[in-house]
Amino acid sequence: MFTKSTKISTPGESKKGECDMEGEKTKKRIKEIRFDMDKCNGCRSCEIVCSQIHASPKYSSVNPAKARIRVIIDEFADNYIAIRAGQYTEAECNARNSFTIRGREFGTCEFCPASCPSRDAFKDPESGLPFKCDGCEGEDTDTPWCVRECHSGALTYVEKEVEEEPKKTDELSVSVLSLLRRHGIEKVVDTIAKVAKEL
Amino acid sequence: MRYGETGYFLEIDLSTGNIEKVESDPKWLELYVGGQGTADRILWDWVPPEVEPFSPENLLIFSAGLFCGTPIPGANRTIVNTFSPQTNLHAHTMMGSYFGPEMKFAGYDKIIFKGKADRLVYIVIYNDKVEIRDASHLKGLGTYETQEVLKKELGGRFQIAAIGPAGENRVFYASVDHSHASAARGAGAVMGDKGIKAIAIRGTKDLYVANAEKVFELGNRLRKEIAENPYVGDWMAVDEDDSFHHDNFAWGNARVRRKGYWTPEIQERFTKIKYEHLDRQTGCFNCPKRCHNVISWPGRKRFSYKCFGKDTYHMAAFQELDFSYEILGIAQNLGLDSYTTPQVIAFALELYDAGILTDNDLPGMPKDIKGRFFYFLDKIVKREGIGDVLADGVYWAARKIGRGAEAYDHNTTKKFEQVPIKLGKLNPPYFLMIATGEKMNITQIEGSFPQDPLPTREEREKFVREWVAAKDERFKKWFLEWEKRERVTIEMACAITEWNEAMHYIDDATGLCGFVSSFRGQFGGKTVYHIHNIPHFITLVTGVEFDEEKLWTVYKRNRNLVRALNVRRGMRREDEKPPEDHWAVRNHEYEQILLDCYYEYQGWTKEGIPTVETLKKLGLDFVAEDFLKRGILTGDDEVPNVYEKYKDKYPWGI
Repeated sequence: MFTKSTKISTPGESKKGECDMEGEKTKKRIKEIRFDMDKCNGCRSCEIVCSQIHASPKYSSVNPAKARIRVIIDEFADNYIAIRAGQYTEAECNARNSFTIRGREFGTCEFCPASCPSRDAFKDPESGLPFKCDGCEGEDTDTPWCVRECHSGALTYVEKEVEEEPKKTDELSVSVLSLLRRHGIEKVVDTIAKVAKEL
Repeated sequence: MRYGETGYFLEIDLSTGNIEKVESDPKWLELYVGGQGTADRILWDWVPPEVEPFSPENLLIFSAGLFCGTPIPGANRTIVNTFSPQTNLHAHTMMGSYFGPEMKFAGYDKIIFKGKADRLVYIVIYNDKVEIRDASHLKGLGTYETQEVLKKELGGRFQIAAIGPAGENRVFYASVDHSHASAARGAGAVMGDKGIKAIAIRGTKDLYVANAEKVFELGNRLRKEIAENPYVGDWMAVDEDDSFHHDNFAWGNARVRRKGYWTPEIQERFTKIKYEHLDRQTGCFNCPKRCHNVISWPGRKRFSYKCFGKDTYHMAAFQELDFSYEILGIAQNLGLDSYTTPQVIAFALELYDAGILTDNDLPGMPKDIKGRFFYFLDKIVKREGIGDVLADGVYWAARKIGRGAEAYDHNTTKKFEQVPIKLGKLNPPYFLMIATGEKMNITQIEGSFPQDPLPTREEREKFVREWVAAKDERFKKWFLEWEKRERVTIEMACAITEWNEAMHYIDDATGLCGFVSSFRGQFGGKTVYHIHNIPHFITLVTGVEFDEEKLWTVYKRNRNLVRALNVRRGMRREDEKPPEDHWAVRNHEYEQILLDCYYEYQGWTKEGIPTVETLKKLGLDFVAEDFLKRGILTGDDEVPNVYEKYKDKYPWGI
């Protein structure tokens, strides 16, 4: 089984980790959309509803090419894989990702979630601008629409607790932080600019 | 701005290579809704009756139903219309999966092919970019193989409809295949004759709906309703008890009924075979159901089937499910229809047993039954030897073979193989549906009124209380009082036949699948779509006002247009008869009065021709004028005038 899970941005729901010099691990609750390819029936309702939500004016049209999720279907290989639009990358990657699905390796970028210059996936077909899944942020729904409209159970929205690696704060940052607290951003920036000229 | 539809047809002339994008008449939405409705208007306008099916002047039209690509779930039918070489009449066929919606996203409600290519070609459509390309590299490839090659060539987001070698060689019952769907009944042969190996389409355009927010909510609500409603979709995808087909349908060349065949042991064996080879159950575009069983069988291409599709081959060969699995992956890849093909082969084997076909006609035929089926598949697809004769279907093959073979053609109507059902007493609505239907397969005609009464009054009362889809109060009253299958009055038989047919005509215009609409009312009555809600949904999607009366008139208009197309090609009363042995107990006098009454009910003459008055009432004045000009009608033509006398009568003599 191929399960792909990606974190989505849910700032309101996570406990913000307090960082300190000691670097203690913190716990964070996140929600993620998961996809189970064995359950997918290939109906593409996720694409339909996503394109409606993001249509302008909202709901006015259906266009799977504008969805932030796409189900890659190969009926004859029995592959049904939903991919959500990830980060935009300015450059093509030279080492293409490989995916192993049911023991079969795919050396293709077809399953990559990035919007990149080498392909038209996750780009507006008219403007070419990249798409990124926003997890239906700003929508009046607890669950992203693609999950809500997936009646096969292939897409699920699950909450889980993850440990977060603490952000280590280096010495220089600590010094700058203390200067900022004492003198304010404006004064520190002006001073750095003035001093830099004398270098 | 057009809503629900794109407002454009793509016209491709294969003889000249001319390609045009043509704006459609917005009035046609109100007159015919779309899908087959508008396709038939084009067939009427463009194809005179003298045009042979295998002629450049014949058209092959792919239509996306009105709701295809909109948020309305379960609407994904691509309806393919042409004139069939087998029947020389109007061909109605359709397929599900993704093709129709993709046409809409590419900006077309229809793709209309005319002419003939001078070599095998395939068509690539990417929004406004349309190309006719040389298909030498696809020649001889199967339907699945062609789709695989083209997906590799063009990208996985293209939707492809292809014919196999059967279509290339113009086997009359060749299919057009796309994903896990298939359109038969003439389309594959005409596609092959036009030299089109495949159509690959990709669309990235917006499809607009009128009442956007309401349609968004509606789509979501209906999707949930379809998902949760056990009365829609293919219940046979999950219910392993298939006594219905095995005990009631006829085996071999539609001959032998094996009552009591189905046993718990058989069910256990079939279930085991199924689940050991089942990869997945899939649905079509925007439908949460899982009607297609996708099967992997060793050494075969992955294939799928639904409903009776899993039984046709093994029942024709007196084998078990494993034989169907063994042959389906090959037969469907060759592009052969799974309803007609097994019957043609079983017919040939009967002729062999009867000594009408001999070893001389069948050189090298294996001794075992399985081997023989594969032998005939090969001969038919290549049109080699006897295969060339059998490739035209049972009716024509019987006449070409002669030597008494005609007597073995016992299961065709209008020259087309019927579903192999042989029953006891005549069933009046079924007599009318098979006799007067023009879709050639009962599954495309029956479906709204239950097939059988419920045993107790209490059960019937409960059924009627929950029967939202019932067209009107008459049907509820009739159902409450209905106790024996054949005990229906002539009025009931006429009304049931019309309602059943009407819902299919509406589905063929909207692109709704019969499994959520027209076909499924007969088993449980709880369809998601029905005559009371579809008009409102059309209004919401298109912004054009529709009500029940207006949609019913569209059904009548579309239905009469099909009849007009066929009447113009010579179809008359004498063609309207179910197979002689469909029922063991029949009464000729009653049947003919029943037929007269239905003709009258529809506003047709004693020959089954719509009268001038009927046509004009439906705004089909152009048909009336044509009929008068051709002498098909005189102007004084009348309906049979017997309905009032007989409408309350129950069947007699059966």
